[in-house]
Amino acid sequence: MTKPIFIDGKLIEVEPGTTILQACEMAGAEIPRFCYHERLSIAGNCRMCLVEVEGIPKPIASCAMGVTDLPPNKDGAPRSVLTASPLVKAAREGVMEFLLINHPLDCPICDQGGECDLQDQAMAFGCGGSRFGENKRAVEEKYIGPLIKTFMNRCIHCTRCVRFMTEVAGVEELGAISRGEDMEITTYLDRGILSELSGNVNDLCPVGALTHRPWSYIARPWEMEKTESFDVMDALGSAIRVDSRGPSVMRVLPRNNDDVNEEWITDKTRYACDGLRTQRLDHPYVRDANGKLRPASWDEALAVVAGKLSNTAPERVGVIAGDLCSAEEMYALKDLADRIGIASIDCRQDGAKLDPSLGRASYLFNSTIAGVDQADAILLVGANPRVEAAVLNARILTRWRQGGLTVGVIGEPTQLTYGYEHLGVGPQTLGDILAGKHAFAEVLKNAQRPMVIVGSGVAARADGQALLAQAAKLAAASVAGKDVGDWNAFNVLHTAASRVAGLDLGLVPGKGGLDTAAMIAAANAGKLDVLYVLSADEIELPAKGKSFVIYQGHHGDRGAHRADVILPGAAYTEKSGTYVNTEGRAQLAVRCVFPPGDAKEDWAILRALSAKVGKTLPYDSLDALRREMYKAAPLLARLNTVAPAPLAGVEALAKKNGAVDAEAFASPIRDFYLTNPIARASAVMAEMSALKKTLEAPHRLKAAE
Amino acid sequence: MAVRRLYPEQPLSFAFTPENEAWAKREIAKYPQGKEASAVIALLWRAQEQEGWTTEPALRAIAEMLGMAYIRVLEVATFYTMFQLAPVGKKAHLQVCGTTPCMLRGSEALIEICKERIAEHPHELSADGQFSWEEVECLGCCANAPVVQIGKDVFEDLDPQLFEKLLHDLDTGAPVKPGSQIGRQCSAPEGVRITLLDVGGPTKRDAEKV
Repeated sequence: MTKPIFIDGKLIEVEPGTTILQACEMAGAEIPRFCYHERLSIAGNCRMCLVEVEGIPKPIASCAMGVTDLPPNKDGAPRSVLTASPLVKAAREGVMEFLLINHPLDCPICDQGGECDLQDQAMAFGCGGSRFGENKRAVEEKYIGPLIKTFMNRCIHCTRCVRFMTEVAGVEELGAISRGEDMEITTYLDRGILSELSGNVNDLCPVGALTHRPWSYIARPWEMEKTESFDVMDALGSAIRVDSRGPSVMRVLPRNNDDVNEEWITDKTRYACDGLRTQRLDHPYVRDANGKLRPASWDEALAVVAGKLSNTAPERVGVIAGDLCSAEEMYALKDLADRIGIASIDCRQDGAKLDPSLGRASYLFNSTIAGVDQADAILLVGANPRVEAAVLNARILTRWRQGGLTVGVIGEPTQLTYGYEHLGVGPQTLGDILAGKHAFAEVLKNAQRPMVIVGSGVAARADGQALLAQAAKLAAASVAGKDVGDWNAFNVLHTAASRVAGLDLGLVPGKGGLDTAAMIAAANAGKLDVLYVLSADEIELPAKGKSFVIYQGHHGDRGAHRADVILPGAAYTEKSGTYVNTEGRAQLAVRCVFPPGDAKEDWAILRALSAKVGKTLPYDSLDALRREMYKAAPLLARLNTVAPAPLAGVEALAKKNGAVDAEAFASPIRDFYLTNPIARASAVMAEMSALKKTLEAPHRLKAAE
Repeated sequence: MAVRRLYPEQPLSFAFTPENEAWAKREIAKYPQGKEASAVIALLWRAQEQEGWTTEPALRAIAEMLGMAYIRVLEVATFYTMFQLAPVGKKAHLQVCGTTPCMLRGSEALIEICKERIAEHPHELSADGQFSWEEVECLGCCANAPVVQIGKDVFEDLDPQLFEKLLHDLDTGAPVKPGSQIGRQCSAPEGVRITLLDVGGPTKRDAEKV
């Protein structure tokens, strides 16, 4: 039953549970706030959101007062809220004056300047000057880890950071000690925070108390160009905003996207951007007779590659696409390979046994990321979402905190930030649940919205397909006979941003072709002469002298070190490209800056190469390429949507059988901070990786700390 | 109120005595499952009674007993000034009330004595480590002002001489008697009755006494 309420004379109807602040927003009245945040619990301690309710003598904190909690008027008429009355104006000025009593006036040297809530609201709602002549409070500096720069003098005690770390990141490390004016935000004994999502507290901080240490003092917000794009550090495709100045990416911030990342991003997404400036391949290289890489012109490098490709039998050529490729260049690569007649092509450098011929639902996160909000039972099979998709993990935590969600884990027992039942470590347990011999089978049976999430580490095992089939069977059985609409309980949690697009475009071995592992084995055995590697850096390339390796990519990582020819490409911020996330959502990343030096956009390199090989690709622009690509994979054209993938889509997979190995499941990600070439080139990520190792090592707090 | 921080020198470990351990278990059991953290103040207080002050290892031990994050226990311990975060005098920690009624009745003189006899600053140990003092807010004994609380006992109706004697007795181990130091019964009027003399006839209470 809705309840009527007047907001500034405008009558609106609100749902039960709506706060006055939310009602005001619905009515279009702006309410200033510091502590209130839509995605966090309500604290009600900043008092900035005071409004007047007619008939109630004192102003009311609108964020903490529900519309239905307001006592009705005596005559039964709806209550009237005033958001711009003289009382409200005076109340806001008073609150602002109190907040500014202890807030230093150091805006000119504060990194938050220009995007500071306190600054903006002081301008909009504050009074002109200060009547406070005494000394301001001074707070000792705190250490909260290498990502968060602290200026605790500026803290206004909104506790957003504390609530975020507890409720979303699931790491209870931040707290507010002492009280009143002396309240201080800190960690236990100044220990650094160890969370994959810690950078978000810097965004949440409404003042400059917590700012981003990695990019402190390098740019002002108003001098940067802002480009809305998508992230490639994991397979979620979080919505990001890339801020650039001149040729370099200065920072990466999250954007709101309720379907994927709400408004959080991982520290890797956010802070690995310094890796975009270092270790870059900005010039073509060719390995000379002495075995040294020397700079070459594009013409020379492409001629060498074209010569190799033309003079080698197609069956002795292999093509591997890596984890950060966009759909466009993978399509061009596949197109070129097809035209030359190369059958050994693979986009699964981790060796995942995912087969696009079994249908799209067999390799997608079918319940969708937003579907987690409805789930009441989740079985994680060899997946560790905390490191594989930290933002998804936060979503599971949020759902778990609401109650009514049971999480079971088969695999390594790790800290997932929420409570779970550890069911077992390997395929044995999965088999038991499938056979109904395990207690968790009952949980899945009783659940209305079960989810079976298979990690990419499971798919990458030699017995991956059999395990995926078992999981698909279990997912099908868990919803059998239930009225759940088109809920598909089978989910594959990818870790590579390029994987789904690669599978959609069919970058898997053709007839008689070899997969990644077979290609490398064949190369080492002298049976493969040329290997074309499109930014695949997480594989063990064939030994030197075995096979001719062409590396096209953007970072001087493992692939480039082994390469015989290097073709410098563009990183994800430097090209317009389609990425399909783990749930099958195609998203268009936008070019923010230009590739450095002589580096080119990857599709253009392949297009130029195709002309040299004599198999010219029939598109001269990205638009023309996309038109062709959409013919091959129409779903890529449907941006920002998830095509329904009903459970029937996994039947073909569920029919597969095969022997399974008893070996325990393991997450493919050993170090969250160093999973791709950009992150490995980032000094910030290296520091975080080292800190994580130190903090995780068994230790005892020193008594004298 | 000043910023409250943990003392720089901490003992290496903390453990409840077996009796306190059993008591703590009973205390935790008073709360529903999943709400064990509700017992945190009770446990911290018992730990302080056992150790004399609230130590950092005690915070951690209690956090682990209650399944709480360390920082949550630290928040509680720093919020309430009743938790002594620094070592206190072995024989006595004197909490001198400095709120208006006690101040009007001479608590400032008591504080001067504390500064002379114990230590210059509150929360500082005396040279022999036997005493410490602090100024606290109202102890709720305004009718018997000025008062000093030591542990669970309140010493009332003090003046500088009585306070000096109290300190001397505490130091030498002579028995001390909590309550009014001038022989008043609770907060009954001091000396002979000087008000309500014209009412005539015995009051109801006088009649009861007879």
